[in-house]
Amino acid sequence: MLGKTAGGLFWMARLLERSENTARMIETGQRIALTRAGSGADDWMSVLQAGAMSQGYGEKHGEVTADLAIDWMLRDPDNPASVLSVVGQARQNARLVRTALTHEAWEAVNSCWMMLRDAMARKVRDRDLPKVLALVRERSALVRGAIHGTMLRNEIYDFVRIGTFIERADNTARILDVKYYVLLPSAAAVGSRLDNVQWDTILRSVSAEGGYRMAIGPDVTPRGIAQFLILDKCMPRSLNFCCGKLRDNLRYLASDYDLRLPCHQVVDTMCRRFLSHDVNAIFEYGLHEYVQEVLQNLSALSNQIEIDYRFYG
Amino acid sequence: MDMFDEMHGHDGAVRRPYETFDGWLGQEDAARLRAKQREAEDLFRLTGITFNVYGRSEAEERLIPFDIIPRIIDGREWQRLERGIEQRVRAINAFLHDIYHRQEILRAGRVPREMIANNEAFLPQMIGVMPPGGIYTHITGIDLVRTGPDEFFVLEDNARTPSGVSYMLENRETMLRMFPELFSKTRVRPVSDYPRNLRRSLAASAPEGCDGTPTVAVLTPGIYNSAYYEHAFLADKMGVELVEGHDLRVVDGRVAMRTTRGYRPIDVLYRRVDDDFLDPLNFNPDSALGVPGIMDVYRAGGITIANAPGTGISDDKAIYSYMPEIVEFYTGERPILQNVPTWRCSEKESLDYVLAHLSDLVVKEVHGSGGYGMLIGPAASKKELKEFERKLRARPANYIAQPTLSLSTVPVFTKAGLAPRHVDLRPFVLMSKDGIQVTPGGLTRVAMKKGSLVVNSSQGGGTKDTWVLED
Repeated sequence: MLGKTAGGLFWMARLLERSENTARMIETGQRIALTRAGSGADDWMSVLQAGAMSQGYGEKHGEVTADLAIDWMLRDPDNPASVLSVVGQARQNARLVRTALTHEAWEAVNSCWMMLRDAMARKVRDRDLPKVLALVRERSALVRGAIHGTMLRNEIYDFVRIGTFIERADNTARILDVKYYVLLPSAAAVGSRLDNVQWDTILRSVSAEGGYRMAIGPDVTPRGIAQFLILDKCMPRSLNFCCGKLRDNLRYLASDYDLRLPCHQVVDTMCRRFLSHDVNAIFEYGLHEYVQEVLQNLSALSNQIEIDYRFYG
Repeated sequence: MDMFDEMHGHDGAVRRPYETFDGWLGQEDAARLRAKQREAEDLFRLTGITFNVYGRSEAEERLIPFDIIPRIIDGREWQRLERGIEQRVRAINAFLHDIYHRQEILRAGRVPREMIANNEAFLPQMIGVMPPGGIYTHITGIDLVRTGPDEFFVLEDNARTPSGVSYMLENRETMLRMFPELFSKTRVRPVSDYPRNLRRSLAASAPEGCDGTPTVAVLTPGIYNSAYYEHAFLADKMGVELVEGHDLRVVDGRVAMRTTRGYRPIDVLYRRVDDDFLDPLNFNPDSALGVPGIMDVYRAGGITIANAPGTGISDDKAIYSYMPEIVEFYTGERPILQNVPTWRCSEKESLDYVLAHLSDLVVKEVHGSGGYGMLIGPAASKKELKEFERKLRARPANYIAQPTLSLSTVPVFTKAGLAPRHVDLRPFVLMSKDGIQVTPGGLTRVAMKKGSLVVNSSQGGGTKDTWVLED
């Protein structure tokens, strides 16, 4: 396979995953705004931060309002990370690797882009927002389904999966990074209504409310959340799960090519260093420092994969 | 003018190749056909069969209008075309070999020396170079127009990188999906094996030293090129890599592509990049689309480039006017397909004639393509005629002129029912040392505007499925 193709597949998958994550964050922000009195500007600010979009927003709009924040994250062409921009870039990558995709996978990506472009051609009104956000989730589910159901399980699929899980791990880690302070023991001691809402926000941002109840139990606690989002083996968005998938898919490549590369070392070290402890050890180490290091490691892994598989030459 | 309609002839009676279709059409409800027309467009959008328009914003992708009424050619008509096309392609290939070697045709005085010497399309770098298997034109598209039941003319030879074959294939797929019943009533010769034949034909043209299955790749200028869809489509259907210049590099005397496991050599490169951009070391130094040093590998016999560099000299519009001589010179036969009479404005007498009859003629730039920079005399305003007269006087050698032919029409489906529109035909021809293959059918382009003679997609033209019937 061409190095460029591997890179295109990797980025197509990353960007599709990112669009879905951003839609989910907007949904969370909207939910908080609806269930709480007050301006909600702070909440939108932290949603923007979690999506790493607060700086660009500040430069264009300054003051944070719900309307502008939603438009910025959803469809503003000036925001390269808006859902619409990201889906457009994902489609360009899919065009680039058109020959590596099945007809169905390509059509799913292409129609995802066409439908979202049409649905977001104008500013999305409040009452249409749930429908549009549902469309984003639905369309990315279709893409995932087409890829899962029609693509051979070979190197092409491996690169798609690697892109997906790097992005997903990064997303979960970033949500933890922005919200880590509400999970600190000192915050738990306060136990205010505010904290409950914040914890709820974290779980909702990764579609994990139901999963948490099943895996951990009915009581939402900071330790429970950290355990669930970092170490749980069954939660498909936990750091442990994502890193496990990264390691698996990189191993498939290594055995397929009969070649172990530096990125394999990076992922093995990452899994050993960060995911073999219990949640108390993480809190002792410092949740913030821990998450920061995970983010750095993910970024280093991504760079190493790029080099090892010659994405850009 | 007495217009020939391929479905209704001169007199309105349905012609034989269209009889079965006409019977089917008579049973169809107009509302259902309108729905099918929309369905076809949705299918094209979903598959992404779009083209980018040069000079527009990068994001703009347009759909080429597709018309659901097929263009039908019967087996007997096709046989003659096929023989004529084969003859022409054979002659073009022989001409190219000659013009880059002994230049017998110039020595014999059948084509004037200055036609070659002063021609930008002539590549001195190709002099004395023998392409693998002696094949220059692996893929050719011969543009044909028709003026009557038996009158076909070659309008243009496309021997560089002819495009449109993906439309030929997708148009057929779309028709099969929408009107399966039509195909059970009519025996239409299939076109779907084109990608397989293309791959075989390219593989058969691999350099001599190549052992095992040759590695073939398609070279595209990239996703913003107007024909990117087609490049990806062909690579996909052939099961070969689609590469850009920056994926390639010369490694150990071979052209190699950067894969996830390192550089892998390529044997045959089907390039969809113009000569000028192919190699910044040998041609345009600013080109970022090509591969530095590929020409050196080519000259050393390390790779096949399809089509060979320098084939542009054979489809140049000034050379076109010599095609009847060229066909006779190399095949020893009378040309089966006629040329459109052409005035070369470089010749004083012709220029005088053209200037005197400008409002009756079509004037084209010698190196132009895509319908840009041409004058259609009968449709032009006084001001446009004046302007063209100035251009002609300033650079006469840059232009040729042809009579406005009464192009045949085929009906298109409109809101008001069937309406005749002018068409042309581009059959696609493959050549390797194993022989010449003409795909039965080709791309029918249709001017969607009433009375218009311009069929180019960049100028709003559409396409139709082209049927060649079994005998």
